Parts: sequence; structure tokens; C-alpha cells
Amino acid sequence: MTLAAASTQAFPALGMLVVLPLLGAAAVLLLPRSRVELVRPVTVLFMSAAAAVAGWIIVEYPVSSGTFEMIVDQPWVAAWGISWKLGVDGISLFLLALTALLFPLGALATEPGHDHKAYYVWLLLLEFGCLGVFSALDLLLFFVFFEVVLVPMYFLIGQWGHGNARYSAVKFFLFTMFGSALMLVGILATAFLHASATGAPLTFDVVEIAQAQSLATTTARWIFLAFALGFAVKVPLIPVHTWLPDAHTDAPTAGSVILAGVMLKLGTYGFVRFGLYLFPEASRYFAPLMLTLGVVGILYGAIVATMQTDFKRLIAYSSVAHLGFIILGIFALNTTGLSGGLLQMVNHGISTGALFLLVGFIYERRHTRAISELGGLARPAPVLAMTFMVVMLSSVGLPGLNGFVGEFLVLLGAFEAHRWWAVAATAGVILAAVYLLWAYQRVFHGPARGENATMSDLRWRECLVLAPLLALIIFLGVYPRPVLDRMEPSVDALVAHVEAHDDPAGVDSAETEPAP
Amino acid sequence: MVLAEFVWLVLLAPLVGVVVLAAGGRRLGEPRAGWLGTAAVGASFVASLLVLVGLLSLDPHHRAVEVSLFRWVPAGDLVVDAAFLVDPLSVTMILFVTGVSALIHLYSIGYMGGDENYSRFFLYLNLFVFSMLILVLGNNMLVTFLGWEGVGACSYLLISFWFGDEANAVAGKKAFVTNRVGDFGFLLAMFFAFGAYGTLDYAGILSGDVAQSTATAILLCLMLGAAGKSAQFPLYVWLPDAMAGPTPVSALIHAATMVTSGVYLLVRFNPLFEQASPWVGEVVAAVGLATAAVAATIALAAKDIKKVLAYSTISQLGFMFVAVGVGAWTAAIFHMVTHAFFKALLFLGAGSVIHGMGGEQDIRRYGGLARAMPYTAATFAVGTFAIAGVPPLAGFWSKDEILAHTWGANKLLWALLLLAAVLTAFYMTRLLICTFGGKPRWPEGVTPHESPLLMRLPLVALAGLALTAGVLNLPFTHDTEFLGQWLEPVFAGAHAKALGYAGGTKWILGGVAILAAAGGIWAAVTVYARRRVPAEKVERQLFAEAWGFDEALGDFVGGPGRRAFDAAARFDAGVVDGAVNKVGAVVRRTGERLRATQSGFVRRYALGVAAGAVVLLAYFISRVSW
Repeated sequence: MTLAAASTQAFPALGMLVVLPLLGAAAVLLLPRSRVELVRPVTVLFMSAAAAVAGWIIVEYPVSSGTFEMIVDQPWVAAWGISWKLGVDGISLFLLALTALLFPLGALATEPGHDHKAYYVWLLLLEFGCLGVFSALDLLLFFVFFEVVLVPMYFLIGQWGHGNARYSAVKFFLFTMFGSALMLVGILATAFLHASATGAPLTFDVVEIAQAQSLATTTARWIFLAFALGFAVKVPLIPVHTWLPDAHTDAPTAGSVILAGVMLKLGTYGFVRFGLYLFPEASRYFAPLMLTLGVVGILYGAIVATMQTDFKRLIAYSSVAHLGFIILGIFALNTTGLSGGLLQMVNHGISTGALFLLVGFIYERRHTRAISELGGLARPAPVLAMTFMVVMLSSVGLPGLNGFVGEFLVLLGAFEAHRWWAVAATAGVILAAVYLLWAYQRVFHGPARGENATMSDLRWRECLVLAPLLALIIFLGVYPRPVLDRMEPSVDALVAHVEAHDDPAGVDSAETEPAP
Repeated sequence: MVLAEFVWLVLLAPLVGVVVLAAGGRRLGEPRAGWLGTAAVGASFVASLLVLVGLLSLDPHHRAVEVSLFRWVPAGDLVVDAAFLVDPLSVTMILFVTGVSALIHLYSIGYMGGDENYSRFFLYLNLFVFSMLILVLGNNMLVTFLGWEGVGACSYLLISFWFGDEANAVAGKKAFVTNRVGDFGFLLAMFFAFGAYGTLDYAGILSGDVAQSTATAILLCLMLGAAGKSAQFPLYVWLPDAMAGPTPVSALIHAATMVTSGVYLLVRFNPLFEQASPWVGEVVAAVGLATAAVAATIALAAKDIKKVLAYSTISQLGFMFVAVGVGAWTAAIFHMVTHAFFKALLFLGAGSVIHGMGGEQDIRRYGGLARAMPYTAATFAVGTFAIAGVPPLAGFWSKDEILAHTWGANKLLWALLLLAAVLTAFYMTRLLICTFGGKPRWPEGVTPHESPLLMRLPLVALAGLALTAGVLNLPFTHDTEFLGQWLEPVFAGAHAKALGYAGGTKWILGGVAILAAAGGIWAAVTVYARRRVPAEKVERQLFAEAWGFDEALGDFVGGPGRRAFDAAARFDAGVVDGAVNKVGAVVRRTGERLRATQSGFVRRYALGVAAGAVVLLAYFISRVSW
């Protein structure tokens, strides 16, 4: 048990959490071809085990800790200073939990039409990658996970998707590859420049590099941009967002849930961990640009969402708007905004995850996503309509439900930092009500005609999948404190870190500065 | 232990109702679900009385009890508790809210009979009461906002309650979105307040001292929020459409309680008016006056009984805004309470008429209903004279007080508001005559009938309140101004704003107000009962079309607004995504030229990455011994 020795824990929970889906994938692969019916139970079993471990981590995580806990540090490629280093802090804690929660729900929600085994193996590998991204504390390890995520999603969209699935899958893949290619350059540059600046042996250790802040200011700004481009595609920020509506719309239900619920956060999380933490000065320098992109995303995403004719595409565009809020909170660079942004990452995962599940359930019944072909569904399916209403109101940011507190903190934080950006973003609150309520009215209200009149209501299994999300929507709206309390020390530490590395006087005016 | 600390009981009762109705409302069925909902609100009213007794037992200047349940939002400097403030203002609010709500719940047991979503109606209604109580009891802006949005959501759910009809769904959405415009102001007010005070607690904000510009900004933002909720110009457009909801909803939410929350909010912030620029009050008064007058003109031409009452509500809320604007805090609250009584009465009466007429809402098809519905007619008449300002009914006292304060502030304001009062008496008398007087103009096959006892009971109770509620605040001596004395601790600057002129003027103004009411009634009788003047002379087309404002707004939203949004969507699909596809095509063509074969580039790359990842993983796993 060398791992246990390296870890501060008696039970290597974090390593366990990350590896469980991988073991699950192996287990599913080993299932005999004749026992296809076992594939889903085994998948869900491993995913549930991971969820249980994630729950255990939340319980064990010291509330007042502001640093990384449950660190797993194992040399990997010692010669290049690459190590298998995992850790969790208040920033990643709930993203891990969200990932561990959404995957089993996504796996349970719908069944693939064909190739069960491959489908669930890809899903498990995807979870492995996502959990890895949120816990990696080594730049190269992070990059590996970041790339690992791409492949399963590419196949999930391409092979089990609807509509123009092949096109969407390729688009998704190319966009993200394009972003991460630059990021790899940034990662290598960071590590090598850090090594040469400090004279220390080559390392990819995030904590070490972040604490040292050895890079020259201008260099750090350029490298920040390289990282930022990779993350911007993932978030996505305008104008590199157009892969999102296609991918979300054409992906199978579980794929959309994971894309929106988890994978978009890879980008925002990346901005926090590898933007703010590694490059605090550059983050400050580019904050106005990022805030602007955030606000543009909020308003533009909402306006474009309003006019969509495809229900799923509308939800997809709502993500652009919501992620804009998260970016706004992060780059407010104060405790309020950052806490709100982090909380909103979790909230968006829950709410939008639930919205995609519900849209998926409707699609399974009606085989259409065109809003014009739906209508009056509240009559044949009152439970579905009611559930959708609660989730929608949470997405709109109604106080008492989860979406509000995060949004409020984001806007308050942004207002403290940059008043007018916050005012513009607050107008987005109006638009959120416009596009969602209008869609709800067209889909659920009015007279139910034709096939709509006989659509079946939610089944038990579907209710079961939605129940935990609904419970969280209400719980986090009424009592977000357990989350906020655990986030705050880490957020405070990060904000202090960013403030401590304010624009140093050492920026040589002769140096060429990247345009913001 | 202070009795007032049991305020959580006031909230618990409707919450229990919500939970039980949500879990098993359908199984409870009709009418038990209705009785449960009514009992929950009734219990809340009793609890409110207990809280009142508790507060009365305290020294008048220590009548502010804070009760904190738990920490709601702790994030950095922002710490917000789920906390409630029990003071004379909030207790006044919870008393009339729960009292009127209980009566309307009772009425709904009969009115909603036979509806397929009977239990859900009471679920929403209880949820509304719960939210409304949170709104008025909140100890800080965020808790108030929680209730504020909660009542908005319930209003949306209840307006579109009969969602099978597209128009109802559209009306619900319009209400929610229009209110969101106001919420934008509320949110900004919170940001400004937190920036200035470092807290959102009323205790901190209202005793604080800030720059004039900050106080002005906060109040203007709050005014936007209040204009949305309380249907003031130009955000009033949602309220007439909100009449699509069941009539008890119109009575409860869109007349008696929710729509007054904007006024409540501004009254709550009364100390800030002292610190803000003096013109803020003038702006509030101007908005109120414009709303009161314009809505009154529309009411006198409206053909739908509920629309008349809706515009009347907007107009009366305008009166309250004027009161706020001139610093007559007590008058604003006084009129809010009396208005809750007589407007709820009028709406429930209208519901009774609609019920008896088989769903007919057009007053041109009414007439001569007094004989068929004596209880409804008598109570409706009480409501009419109360709102018209006939002494000694409740509306006279509260409206007179607003007018008297307006006289002290600005004579022109007073004159115009008096004109609105004349119009009020006119259009209400018109409604009364057209509905209950004259000859029947009923559509064929309709035989009007009086409503059952369960619906008549609330009518009689509210009529009693509309008759007598004036005693709450009689202007004869300071000692008879019970409401004023009771609320005094809440209004820091109340003394400065007391009527600063001799008693004689007060009596003359009262006399003028009586003459105004009488004039309005006489004019309506002349036109509609004695038919000396053709009605068309009064019911101008402009008024009937609501000055064309709503239509223009709809044309804008549906026309240029929609086109702009469409253009954005086309821009996204065509230009942004089009560029992406162009780049893709160019790259592909180049790639094809470079390579003779057309094997899928991405597929191969994907497999390459996958293989690489697997190799890396295998390597890693071999290095880690478990």
C-alpha cells in the first residue's frame, strides 16, 4: 500500500474516487457478450460506488481548510518531474461531487439504442476523465485527463446521437482539440520556464509553480492567454461557442447531461485553478476582457436562446448565458463573486442536467424536439410539467431554489468590482425569464393536440432519477451554507493569492505587452 | 420569552398547508383540500393575533423584535440570516394579509368547486400566502426579495392556472416578465445598499447614514421594483391581463395583497427618503398621480367587470404611491388596509356575479341583477361606496387622509388627485348601476342565481370591514389616530410630516372630498341611471383602448423587438457559426489536396488520442502499486 503511505489518509478516498469508474470500465469490458443485461447494472454500481466515495469525501473534508486535502502524490515520470498528484480543496470538492452524482443519473435515465457495452464503457471512461480533471494537481496529469475526456464524448455524440450527430461530434472534437493544443504549449512553457527561473528540477506540480510565481509578468500573460483559449472553448465563451448548441442538441440524453452538467465546468474550473491560481497577475490584467466576454455571453446567449425553435437547442443556449454569469463571478476576483461563481457551477450542473433529462424524456415519448410540434403537455403529463416548472424556476434564479444564491453572489461580487458590467449582467436576469417562460408556455400550456394529448407522464424510474436533483434544487436554495462554508476558506485563500500578486512594478514598459 | 418571537408560527401554518397539499392534496380531494388550505391560513391569522398581543405588551419604542432562524447565505462580507422583523409595520401587514386571505380561501372552497385541479389551486394559494408573509416579515432585503419573487412565481402559476387556454398562459408569462423588469431594480438596490452599508439588514440600512447620491440611487432602484409589483406606470400593463386567473386570485393577489408590496417596500425604507434628494419623493408622487389618473380614465370605459376592477386597483395603488411620495406613510398603509378590504370585497362580488351569470364578464350583458343576487348586490354596493369615498365608509377616511397630505405638499397634485377621486366615484357607480340596476340584458339561457352560503359569508364579513375599518385611524384628535400612533415608531420622520396646518383646513378638505365623491356618483347616475347624457360621451375610444399604450408596447415587442432577437439568432447561425464552417471547409479542402486518400481525419486523430491515452494509462498503472 505505497499509495496509502503517500497519502495523509488511512483510506485513499480521492484516488479511489477517480479510479473507480476506470475499474468499472474494465469490469464492463470483461462482461461476456451473452450477458448484455448486466452492463447497465454494473455501470451504475461502479458509478454509485464513486458517488458514495464522493459523499464520504464531503463528510471527511475539514470545513475550515483552505488548502488541498487528501493529497495523493506518486511519482509518475520522475525524470520529467511528472507525478500522479491529486488533491481536493473547497473549489474542487463540490465539482467532484456533482460529477459523481450526475453520471449515475445519466446512466440510469435513458438506454442507448444499440451497442450497450461500448456506450457504458465510454460513459465510465468519461467519468474517469472528468473526476481526474477536477482533482489533478499536476499540470501534465491535468492535461492528460483533459484530453481523455474528449474521446468518449466524441464517440457518445457520434454514435449514439441524433440528427446531424457525426457533424456535431467532429465539430466538438476539433474545437476542443484546437483549444487544448495551445494549452499544451502553455503547460510545457510554464514548467520549463519555471524550472529555468528557479533553477529547481523540472516539475509540473501546480502548487509549487503557483506559489513560486517565478515567471516574468509579460510571459505569464502570454501563457495565460494560451490556457485561456483552451478553457474559453470549453466554457464556452463567445465567439468560440458554436460547437455547443450542435453538440448538446445532437448528443444522447446522458451525453447532454454530462456535457452541460460537468464538461462545461472543466473550462470554468480551469480558469479558477490554472488561470487565477497559476497566473494571478495575468488574471487581473485580463479581468476586464473576461468580464466583458462574460456579460456578452449572458445577454447574447439569452437573446439567441429566445429565438430557438428546437427545445433542446434552447436549453443549450441557456448554458451560454449561465456560464457567462460564472465567468463574471470568477473574474470579479473577490470572495463574493468567486464563491457565487463556484456555487453557480454546481447549481448549473444540477438545474441544466435536470432540464436535459426532462427534454430527453419528452423526446423519447414524442420523437421530436421542435417546440412548434409540442404543446399543452401539462395536461397529459402533469408530474413532468410540474417538475419542469420547478427546475425552470431554479434556472431562472428564483430565490428559495438553488439558482438564486449563486447568481446573486456573482452579481453582487461583480458590482463591487465593476459596477456597470454587473448592471448589464443583471438585465440578463430579465431575459432568462423571457426565453424559459416562453418555451414553457409553448410546450406545456395551451391546448394539447394530436399525439401531445396522449403523451404518458413520468415513469417511476424517471422520477427516481430526477428526485435527487429536485431535492438538491430545494435544499441548496434554502440552505446553501454547507457548500458555501466549505468553499469559503479556499476562495479566501485564492483571492488573497491573487491580491498578493498585484501588478508588480517590474513590468518593463519596453516589453511588448499582449493586447487585452 | 416574548410572545412576538412566535412569529415563526405565522409562517409555519401555511407552510404545513403547502407540504400536505403537495404530498396528498389530490387524495384529500374536494372539498377537504380547500378546508385544509383555509384552516392553514386561518391558523396563521390566529398566530398573527398572538404576535400582535405580544408586540402590544412591549413598550412602544421597543416594538421591534428580530427572530433569526438560521444563517442563509454566508459568503465573505455578506452574511444574511433567514430572519424576521416583528414591528408595528410588519404586524399590520401580516394581520390584514392573513385575515383577508383566510376569507378568500373560504370563498374559494365554493368558487373552485368542480375544478379538475382543485387541490392544486389551494396548494398555490397557500404557497402564495407563505411567500407574502416572508415578504413582509423579512428582516433584510434578501429575505424580502425571497418573498417578493415567491409571490411573483405564485402569481404566474395562478394567472395561468387554466393553462389550457393559450391567452391565460400568455398573461401569466407577461406578468412574470414585467415583474422581472422591476426585480432588476430591486437587485440593483440591494447591490447599492450592500456597497454603502455592508449589510442588507433593515436595522443597519435604516439607521445608517449615507451620501445623498447613494440614498437617491437606492430609492430610485427600489421605486422601479415597486412599480413592477404594484403595477405603476409604465409597468402596470401586466395587471389587467392578470385577470385571466380565477377571480379569487384576482381578489387576493392582484388587489388586496401582492400588488401592495411595492408600497410596503417604499414605506419600509421611509428613513431613506430623508437622506435622498428631495426630488425622489416628487418622482414617486408623479408616477403615482399619472397612474391614478390614467388608470381611472381607462376604468370608466372598460367593458369587462374584472378589467374595471383591475384598472381601479391600479388607480388606487397610484393613490398609495402619491401618499408615499409626499411622506404620508400612515396614510399609505391606511389606504392599503382599507383598499384590501373593499377591493377584495368587490372582486369576490364580481366573482359571485360571474359565477351566477355562467361565466359572463361583459357588463353590457348584465343589468338588473340586484333582485337575483341580493347579498352580492348589497355587499357590492358597500364596496362601491367605500372606494368612492362616501363617509363613514372605510375608503373615505383613508383617501381623505391622502388628499389632505397632498394638499400640504403641492396644491396642483392635490387638485389632480381629487379629479382622480371624482373619476373613481364615477366609474364605480357606473359599474354598480350597469351590473345590478336597470333592465336585464342577459344572454339567452342564463338564469342568474345567488351564490351559496360559503361564498356569501366572506362577502358579508368583508362588507362589514369595508364599512367600519375607518375607525382604525380617525382624524378627529391625535388620540383617535390609532394606526398612526401604532406605526409611529417605524416612521422616524413622522412628526415632521404631520399635517402642519390648522384644524379648519382639515375640515374643509374633508368636505371637498365628500363633494368629490358625491359629484362622481351624481354624474354616473345622470349618465347611466337617468340617461341624460349618452354613455358614449364619457366612454371615449381612447380610454377603452387603454390609451393605446399596451397595444403599442405589444407591437414593439412583437415587431422590432422580435425582429432584433431574430436577427441575433440568424447572426449566430449564419455569421459566427458560418465562419466556423467556412474555416472547416477550407481546412478540409486543403487537407484533401495534401492527401490523396479521404480517410476521416478526425476519426483517425481521435483514435490516435485514445490510443495515446490508453498507453499513458497503462504506463501509469504499471508504475503505481496498489
